[in-house]
Amino acid sequence: MHKTPLHSAHLEASARLVDFAGWEMPLHYGSQLEEHHAVRRGAGMFDTSHMLAIDIEGAQAREFLRGALANDVARLTKPGKALYSCLLREDGGVLDDLIVYFLRADLFRVIVNAGTADKDFAWLEGLRARHAPQLALRPRRDLAMIAVQGPQARAKTWQALPALKAASEPLGAFFGAQAGETFVARTGYTGEDGFELLLPAPRAPEAWQRLAAAGVRPCGLGARDTLRLEAGMNLYGQDMDQTVTPLEAGLAWTVALEDARDFVGKAALLSKKNVRELAGLVLLGRGGVLRAHQKVHAASGMGEITSGGFSPTLERSIALARLPAGCAPGERVQVEVRDKRLDALIVKPPFVRHGKSLIPQTSSGAPR
Amino acid sequence: MTHPEHLKYTASHEWVRIEADGTLTVGITEHAQDALGDLVFIELPAVGRKLAADEACVVVESVKAASDVYAPVAGEVVAVNEALVAAPASVNQDPYAAWLFRLKAAAGFDPGKLLDAAAYEKGLA
Repeated sequence: MHKTPLHSAHLEASARLVDFAGWEMPLHYGSQLEEHHAVRRGAGMFDTSHMLAIDIEGAQAREFLRGALANDVARLTKPGKALYSCLLREDGGVLDDLIVYFLRADLFRVIVNAGTADKDFAWLEGLRARHAPQLALRPRRDLAMIAVQGPQARAKTWQALPALKAASEPLGAFFGAQAGETFVARTGYTGEDGFELLLPAPRAPEAWQRLAAAGVRPCGLGARDTLRLEAGMNLYGQDMDQTVTPLEAGLAWTVALEDARDFVGKAALLSKKNVRELAGLVLLGRGGVLRAHQKVHAASGMGEITSGGFSPTLERSIALARLPAGCAPGERVQVEVRDKRLDALIVKPPFVRHGKSLIPQTSSGAPR
Repeated sequence: MTHPEHLKYTASHEWVRIEADGTLTVGITEHAQDALGDLVFIELPAVGRKLAADEACVVVESVKAASDVYAPVAGEVVAVNEALVAAPASVNQDPYAAWLFRLKAAAGFDPGKLLDAAAYEKGLA
C-alpha cells in the first residue's frame, strides 16, 4: 500500500488506518465526531498527500485546459486564482473532479483525487499528445499536501508557520500563492475557511508537528467525509462517476455551456435530456441513519441515496440523493432504511456553511 | 483488561452480566465499540419481546455503518436502557456501564455456553 510522507506521524498519533484507493490513510485518531467539531469550531488538519498535483506548463496551457475541462479556465484572470471543474469523457460522464490553479500565463496546476490520479494523468497525456504536444505535464509526487480547516485555521497556520503569513494573509477565497517552498491556497473541502498547503514532502512532518503544537487537531478521512457532506460537496466515486454527467450531479454551475468554446463532453451534455438530479435530504425524526444505496420514494419516481450519514453539526441524518428531475426543495420523500420507510425532506445543499445550519428550521422536532 | 473477567461474552461481541435475580444484562464489548467508531443511533427492542438465541434485536449505527446486536440466549426482554437513545455516545465512553437491554432467559439457559473473557479475547486474535 502507498504511504504518504506523514505516515509516521499518523502512527505516532495512534491513528486508525484504512486502505483508501490504495493508500494507507487515517480514518480517525480516536473520535471522528470530535475531529469534525474541531474543524467546525476551531481548527483541524488533514493529510491529503494521497491526492495528486499535476503541473501543466507551456504557452498553450490555457487553451489546452479550456478544451480539457468542463469549466472554463478563461474565468481565471488573476494569477493564483482557483477553479473547480469536472473532467469529462466524450459521452459527458465524469472522469474526476478537480481544482485548477492559474499560476502563470504558462503554468497551471490541477489537483485530482487519489483513486483516479493514474487514470486522469493518462487521459490528460492522451489529450496533450493529440492537441498540444509541446506542453509538459508533470505529476508532482514530490509534494505533500496538508489541509488546515476551521474558523481558526488561518490564525493557527500563521502561528505555527509564520513564514507563510506575508504571502497568504492577503489571499481571498479560492486564491493561492507561493510562500517560499510552500504553495498556500485558501481552499478546502469542509465548508470552513482555511488553507491547503502544498510543500516538499521532506518538509511535511515538521509542518504537521508545528501545526499540532499550535492546537490544530489531526483529523481523518471519517471527519473529512461528514464535513464535506454537510458542506454539500460531492465525493467522486460515490455521488458521481463515469455513468453520470455533471448536470445530473448538482454541478451545472461548474459547466460553462453557453459560449462558443468546445470541450471534451460538451456535445454529449447538450444532446442529453437530464432525467436525474442530485438533491439534499434531511431525515425527519430519529428513526435511523441515511446511508448510500438506500432507495428513495419521491412523488415523481424512485431515486437512490449516493452519500448519507449522521451530521454531527445538525445532530440529525442528512444525505445526497439522485432523484428524478423535477423534485423540489420542501417536498417530502420516503427512504427505505433497513425494514422501515422513513420520512425525509428535500433541501438544497449545502446543509452547513461556516459552522451554521442552512436547513429549514420547520423540519426539526418531528415526532419519532 | 478491556474485557472484564467478571463478565461473559459472545463471539458476536456482546457482553453478558448474570444478575443476582437471574436476569441477564447485555451490552457490546470494548472491542465492538472501538471497531464501530462513534455511535450516533441506537434502536432498542420493545420490553416484552421474546427473542430466540442469536436473534438480531438492537440496531446500533455509528458514523461508519449500521450493525445488529444479537440476543446471547433465548429469552424475554424485561428492560431496556432508554437513556441511550438520546445519548448513543455513552456506549463509546463506557461500554460496560452503557448496557442495552436485560433478558429473562428461557428455560434451559446454560451459562456454560457463553465465553469467558480469555476465550473471547482468543477469538479476537
